[in-house]
Amino acid sequence: MEDAARLLQLVVNGAAAGCIYGLIALGFVLIYKATEMVNFAQGDVMMIGGFIAYSLIAHWGMNYWVGALLAIAITAAFGFALDAVILRRVIGQPQFAVVMLTLGLGFIFRAGAGITWGYDSVGFNTPFTNKTAKVGLLVLGQDNLSIIVGTLILCGVLYVFFSKTRLGVAMQASSQNQLAAYYMGIPVRTVFSLIWAISAGVAAVAGILLSPVSMLDVNMGFLGIKAFAAAVIGGFGSIPGSLIGGVIVGVVEQLAGYYLPAGFQEVTSNVVLLAMLIVRPQGLFAELSGKRV
Amino acid sequence: MSLFQADQIAVRFGGIRAVDDVTFHVDKGEVFSIIGPNGAGKTTIFNLISRIYNSTSGTLTFDGQDFTKMPPWQVAGIGIARTFQNIELFPNASLLQNLLIGRHCHSRAGFLSQLAFLPSNRRAEIKHREKAEEVIAFLGLQRHRDTLIANLPYGVRKVVELGRALCIEPKLLLLDEPSSGLNVEETEGMGFWIEDIKKDLGITVIMVEHDMALVNQVSDRVMALNYGKVLAMGTPREVQTHPEVVKAYLGGELEDVA
Amino acid sequence: MRYLFRTNYNQDLSLARHGGDYFWYGLLLVIMLIVPLLMGEFYVGELGGVFIFAIAGVGLMLLVGYTGLISLGHAAFLGIGAYVNSVLLAKGVPFVITLPIAGLFTAACGAAIGLPTLRMSGLYLAIATLAFGSIVGTVFQKWSSVTGGFDGFAVPTPTIFGVGLDGATGIYYVSLVVLIFVLWITANILRSPMGRAMVAIRDSEVSAQSMGIHLARYKAIAFAISAGMTGLAGALFAHYVRFLAPDAFDVLLSVQFVTIVFVGGLGSVQGAIFGALFVRLLPQFIAIVRDDLPFGIGRMPGLEPSLFGLVLVLVILFQPGGINGIWQKTKHWFTAFPFKRQTSSRRQKSYAKSERLR
Repeated sequence: MEDAARLLQLVVNGAAAGCIYGLIALGFVLIYKATEMVNFAQGDVMMIGGFIAYSLIAHWGMNYWVGALLAIAITAAFGFALDAVILRRVIGQPQFAVVMLTLGLGFIFRAGAGITWGYDSVGFNTPFTNKTAKVGLLVLGQDNLSIIVGTLILCGVLYVFFSKTRLGVAMQASSQNQLAAYYMGIPVRTVFSLIWAISAGVAAVAGILLSPVSMLDVNMGFLGIKAFAAAVIGGFGSIPGSLIGGVIVGVVEQLAGYYLPAGFQEVTSNVVLLAMLIVRPQGLFAELSGKRV
Repeated sequence: MSLFQADQIAVRFGGIRAVDDVTFHVDKGEVFSIIGPNGAGKTTIFNLISRIYNSTSGTLTFDGQDFTKMPPWQVAGIGIARTFQNIELFPNASLLQNLLIGRHCHSRAGFLSQLAFLPSNRRAEIKHREKAEEVIAFLGLQRHRDTLIANLPYGVRKVVELGRALCIEPKLLLLDEPSSGLNVEETEGMGFWIEDIKKDLGITVIMVEHDMALVNQVSDRVMALNYGKVLAMGTPREVQTHPEVVKAYLGGELEDVA
Repeated sequence: MRYLFRTNYNQDLSLARHGGDYFWYGLLLVIMLIVPLLMGEFYVGELGGVFIFAIAGVGLMLLVGYTGLISLGHAAFLGIGAYVNSVLLAKGVPFVITLPIAGLFTAACGAAIGLPTLRMSGLYLAIATLAFGSIVGTVFQKWSSVTGGFDGFAVPTPTIFGVGLDGATGIYYVSLVVLIFVLWITANILRSPMGRAMVAIRDSEVSAQSMGIHLARYKAIAFAISAGMTGLAGALFAHYVRFLAPDAFDVLLSVQFVTIVFVGGLGSVQGAIFGALFVRLLPQFIAIVRDDLPFGIGRMPGLEPSLFGLVLVLVILFQPGGINGIWQKTKHWFTAFPFKRQTSSRRQKSYAKSERLR
């Protein structure tokens, strides 16, 4: 009984961590589907989102909810500007140039955050910090639960947005066939910048949801590397895929940390990633198609 | 005996039958053209022959050898070369390098011999260069020899792609819309190259083409396709006057008027 | 301006285009040979470091610049080469054997990781190599019975034919020889069918395949050769640092290698050397100006990586030809003087391979 409870506990913790990976992966996937770029700085965007929330809430004393929403909006605006000013210029360059560009941007973001917020770990109070909820025999941290619930709500919002609103449908259309969308009168470039904005906003949500569980740190962007595993499991193409991928990575990581000797937990996500790429590179859900000639 | 034979070849993408039980043969030394409206499956047949696509059913025979299951990189080695509809040259390499890449399937140099550039490798390189120079002379490309492909005009690139295919020294040459993107004079020039390739080099040609003037000028036989099915086959004149072909090109609703 | 009059196909196959090339390369070699006699130990050591990074840079250039594949895990190959060499040396194997073994073993590792991952597109390869690099980094830390873990590993002093190479000068000369060897191999590859196959894969996989090029084989070969050269550099790197710390071979080092390739100029071997010079000299430059920078920027912990990031961003956005591109333009300006026109070096508009709009 105790073992089962322990196991369940691990699964919940893993799922919570996995939701964060999934949210970062979601950012990768949104941008990848639209522009065939992968933003290697996505983890650092999350870090910036978290720090902005920290400034607003801990520093300027805003209400948690107001501060969080404002931080998401600011980070989204940042994402918009990032595409409009920098990334739009490199469309058409080789893919690895874009990879290196975003990697370079990530280093710059880290330095910028270090100058602005310092290099010490910080945190701020949230309504969920250090509270627990009892579900049957289980004692679960509200912080972990808030991540899972927050992720589910965000996914619902995104789902409604992409399938029901005009803008969301326009975004889907632009992702699927850019030229056709352009001819239909959709301002494709602006739409792409908006997709960057949404992706940055999602990253900010991840940063804020993570803050009760883990301190904010300039180097937390390295979580982005784990999120790659999530995106790859999801096949780099579908929104639910990346979330499920994230949860798989999170849970496997927790279990590996518990059952395997020390050191294995750190490499779990990378091993899962490599194994996935070797065995089933198209991911669990999506299909890859070759180039047409 | 025919040089190339496609037997009941078919390919399906999802529910769409892009090529549907197509059977045709090409004799040694002839120019065989495939015509048809957009989306008729012409380029798909080329992709099947060069093994980029796997056929769902049917067999492909070349020179008495069944190559239906051959991996794509071996196709050049048995003597089938192709060009592409939208030019797939190597843009950041010089014209000469592009032609030399066409010689790849003839290179037998060992790994270590290449690493150390042994005399045997040097001799082989000079042989390849001589062959490439023959092609350059044949197509009159001397003045562009060291130019990067990215800096060449479209019309010249089209000829370079032809030259790269010739460097393979193929028995069968697949030309995918050799005139697309060319002006009238360039198209005429392309027609002369194709005739020369047939007469002087004795290479059999399968050509996908929209320009009927070019088709009439060079083809011995023509096959018309629509929706992946063969509509008609025969001499250029026979095919063009075939009622099914006329219908496919002008649209079904005109049938009553005609 | 010099015009080449070619009378023989062999001319195009030789390494130097004309007598002038022999002169300049020869002069450069002589200068490199007498540098240790003229300069202090510190500068000789640093120049040796440049050579070592240039060896890895040339290896990575073959992969990124000529085959069009990216690797974000080359620090791992450097580490594998360093540990293989040092561990074997510690077991008493002579340096003349451990050095080539380090290269060959790393090449084998490259092939082993390359074969399954090379089916993937460039993007996936970037992610896969990133993951590979991070796994290997963790192995270095945790496999302490071999690597010494966080205590590190003191690298034994190598001897060649009885001569101990304990100072910077010894490693300097060995590095120079290895660099020349690697350059020679690279030049040979590039004028052989193998090198052309790599270029073909970089520019168009579809048509490379229909030219008879076995994509997986040549990608794996490129990956293995690139890894092998980086392994050689790793073996020398071990002697350059003399003490292996397991966390030295991290993502940042991999990014530095890729910076060499991008800053130097994609698709040029000399670019790799320019890039290595830049990447090795930047930290020295920072060290010199550190105290003079305003607002305490010089003391910022993440200064070096962020500068690498900034340089990468600026190069990709504004100077995709890298240092080599600038060098070629400058050379052209002088040889064509006074007929230099703006258009003669205007960048070709690069069209997206996918049909996406700018």
